[in-house]
Amino acid sequence: MTTIRDLIDRLFGPKVASASSARSRLKMVLAHDRSDLSPAMLEQMRFEIMQVVSKYLELDDTASELSLETEERATALIANLPIRRVKQQGFP
Amino acid sequence: MQANRKGFPSPALTSPVSTLNDISCRSIVICSGKGGVGKTTLTANLGIALAKLGHPTCVLDADYGLRNLDLLLGLENRIVFTAQEVITENCRLEQALVKHKHEPHLALMPAGNPRMLDWFNPEHMQTLITMLQERFDYVLIDAPAGVEDGFKNAVAGAKEAIVVVNPEISSARDADRVVGLLRSESLDPLHLVVNRVRPRMVEKLDMLSIDDILDILALPLLGVVEEDEQVIISANLGEPLALGKRKSAAGMAYGRIARRLDGEDVAITDVSAKPVSIMGRLSTLMATKIL
Repeated sequence: MTTIRDLIDRLFGPKVASASSARSRLKMVLAHDRSDLSPAMLEQMRFEIMQVVSKYLELDDTASELSLETEERATALIANLPIRRVKQQGFP
Repeated sequence: MQANRKGFPSPALTSPVSTLNDISCRSIVICSGKGGVGKTTLTANLGIALAKLGHPTCVLDADYGLRNLDLLLGLENRIVFTAQEVITENCRLEQALVKHKHEPHLALMPAGNPRMLDWFNPEHMQTLITMLQERFDYVLIDAPAGVEDGFKNAVAGAKEAIVVVNPEISSARDADRVVGLLRSESLDPLHLVVNRVRPRMVEKLDMLSIDDILDILALPLLGVVEEDEQVIISANLGEPLALGKRKSAAGMAYGRIARRLDGEDVAITDVSAKPVSIMGRLSTLMATKIL
């Protein structure tokens, strides 16, 4: 289905709905406000978690991410650590 | 008005203000963190609306630095004594209370001069509220913007809170901070009023929706008020919209908020945009299917 607006959007580029941007920025900032974690502490934590996990797995250092996310009034720590390969030598 | 009281903490948990529990008066602080979101306007209108429902109601101006509640109520010329003289025992409580011109059930407890900020403390506020609770069904406390001492004073005498938020990123963030502080002070229940909503912007996805705000703040919704030019006009005149002198969407929304607060089962105002204007019709045209 195509509407006149869709056609105009296709001609002039779509309009970005700013509310969704507000929503995601707000969720991000609230997660930090609520947990009271400083960016420096988060970075230190990321570094230490990486150290522990690196004992078992070879990680992609540049692509790994540690972030806070919030739903309702609960906040979660989300780690995204892309694996290059599993180390073979068993327990260190 | 007893409907909401079951959720109250037991007197044992709130020992410093345990005397407040003995009287069936609801003391409610109206706060937002951010300035300019409509705290004072809501306090004035809710005061009028509750008084119209027949409840003896007091609105207390706790914004000692920048008081305005007297202006919005049109009572600025009638103030003789203030909370300052009551606390320093230079006048009786009744001498400071200013009865509203048109709504005899409503009284204003005016803020003293800004020097009150130097000495007024939470114990003073509790003393003041305890005195007021003997005379009124509702005491509404208009908190100052910010989360510093003035805010802490305003919260000190309250059992419940209404958090006012605009569908704006900065207002929502500040409201979240205030909710955290209110919870740590054991205020319960907390109610949410989303104020100054622009339905057309929400429809165009350029403003956070009511659902977005509820999702983020996770508070029970007490009411929704549309942005309304009549609010400014009513402030110019010192005649709150809830008086009903002029017909307005905001005035009706305030009335509904008062009835919900009072325990009546009233639906939340629907603020979805009505495409009646030329721009609205144009918008409808733009959504016409062509393929």
